[in-house]
Amino acid sequence: MSAALLTDLTIFILALLVGIEVIGKVPATLHTPLMSATNAIHGIVLVGALLIGVTAHTTVGYILGFVAAVFAGANVVGGYVVTGRMLKMFRKKAPQPSQPELESLNGHKGLKGLADRVGIGRGQS
Amino acid sequence: MTGFTGHVGFAGYIQLVYVLVAVLFVVGLHLMNSPATARRGNQVAMVGMIIAVAATFVLLIHAGTVTTTGWIVLIAGALIGSGVGLYAAQRVQMTAMPQLVSAFNAVGGGAAALVAIYGYYDAESRGSVLGTTSVFSVLDVLIGSVTFSGSIIAAGKLQGFIPSQPFIFRGSRLINMALAVIALGTGAFLFSTASLPAMLVLVLAALAFGVMMVLPIGGADMPVVISLLNAFTGTAVAMAGFVIGNWALIVAGALVGASGSILTKLMADAMNRSLANIIIGGFGTGDSAVAIGGPVDAQVRSIAADDAAIQLAYAQKVIIVPGYGLAAAQAQHGVAELAKVLEDHGVEVSYAIHPVAGRMPGHMNVLLAEANVPYPQLVEMEQINPEFARTDVALVIGANDVTNPAARRPGNEISGMPILDVDQAKSIIVVKRSMGHGYAGLDNELYYGPKTSMYFSDAKKAMTELTAAVKTLVG
Repeated sequence: MSAALLTDLTIFILALLVGIEVIGKVPATLHTPLMSATNAIHGIVLVGALLIGVTAHTTVGYILGFVAAVFAGANVVGGYVVTGRMLKMFRKKAPQPSQPELESLNGHKGLKGLADRVGIGRGQS
Repeated sequence: MTGFTGHVGFAGYIQLVYVLVAVLFVVGLHLMNSPATARRGNQVAMVGMIIAVAATFVLLIHAGTVTTTGWIVLIAGALIGSGVGLYAAQRVQMTAMPQLVSAFNAVGGGAAALVAIYGYYDAESRGSVLGTTSVFSVLDVLIGSVTFSGSIIAAGKLQGFIPSQPFIFRGSRLINMALAVIALGTGAFLFSTASLPAMLVLVLAALAFGVMMVLPIGGADMPVVISLLNAFTGTAVAMAGFVIGNWALIVAGALVGASGSILTKLMADAMNRSLANIIIGGFGTGDSAVAIGGPVDAQVRSIAADDAAIQLAYAQKVIIVPGYGLAAAQAQHGVAELAKVLEDHGVEVSYAIHPVAGRMPGHMNVLLAEANVPYPQLVEMEQINPEFARTDVALVIGANDVTNPAARRPGNEISGMPILDVDQAKSIIVVKRSMGHGYAGLDNELYYGPKTSMYFSDAKKAMTELTAAVKTLVG
């Protein structure tokens, strides 16, 4: 066993332990965003895909590099964007802006609700 | 090729940057332990990723061996992939999150396998003597390929391209075993003799095994399968890190592997089934799902919207129990509106979330968050179970097996499965389309209880009707 491999193995095992410790604390509420975030994190394989370029010089090599880059690119960008989208929805309190919408749905103050939504007439009581 | 093997040269400094990246990933995941800080956590991890990619470009430029075609191919590939990922991430509906996560597992695992396959191909095309294949290359290709094809099948089942029923035919287990033997045998052969054709056999056998592994697994087991494939992807990426000697990949892969494993265990525990039992299948597949011991001739009481509305509006405390039926009917917004009307009338409303509600871990929380339900109202099973006894009305929407009191008794399919103590509530209203069985093929004894009324309707329609009825009642 080479020294480099020993180092790699040590890092791997310690990272596993850190992962178990850190992720064990994530509440069930956030399990879907957690999985999606870890999805994005394994997009780090993009680094591996890009490093194919160091030695690629044949058609087969280029194709393998291209496919790996497409896969990893989709993984990393998609993962972060969708996690961000999800987490934005988690709120501690019900948001206020839904109020005028409900009112306008009820038929009362419909125009005022609409005006509120488009931002006309703010400041008038 | 990325060589940090002994001497600290330029690549060594880049490796240090990768250590920083690993730190940012850990900090990011740590911030995910609360909804209040989770967004920042995702952003911290994203910064780590940007630094990692930037450092890699510096490394590539410094190496100076990347051909023009190589640059074009890599950058075009990464940009095209990013575009596809961005489009999918912005367009996906929250009910379809499990499919998207599966798709990302597929491409992640696929890319990890390609890294090792390329390394193998490259060494051979240069005519360098391969000697023996490292265990990490074999594991990377094996796990990555299984993840790739398995995740595609899982996504197809979730999306409905492939029937979500467990798919088992005579001899399918034999084929599984044969494929596993071929894959492992080829892997073992590769340890002693390097051979590109053998590597290809390994890839094909692993791909076929991935398909055969997920096909027999039913829709309701998807939370476990997705978690498991997530763990596989992480492991494959870590193996790719060993292959190219890159710490960022090793640490990130280990973190994801740990996360996926924890979630797999949580999901399997919440279904009271062992992982082996789920993978081998047989539950709800027809050969063991015989409905047993249900009170078949017992009567159920059905309830009209007005009566249900009276119960809800004059309750002090209502617990809503959402299940997959709610997601399938896209009724999350309707539920949230009903809850809001009740709250405005002074009723205390909370939601009881079973760990396997939905099609992936935590799925129900995301759907309700999307419908603007504040997260403090979403209560986990352990916390909410003692509350049911003090609850006037439990409103069960599209949840079945997780509310069945039969789980407390030994001797049936779901014995021992942790359930929500819905039957302890003073009154129970169940919204359900028909008296059809849940996944376990069992009659739900809750439905026949003296305190239970059935509201037969599609979840979305039911929510509209109930909301209207409550509004009429309370003015």
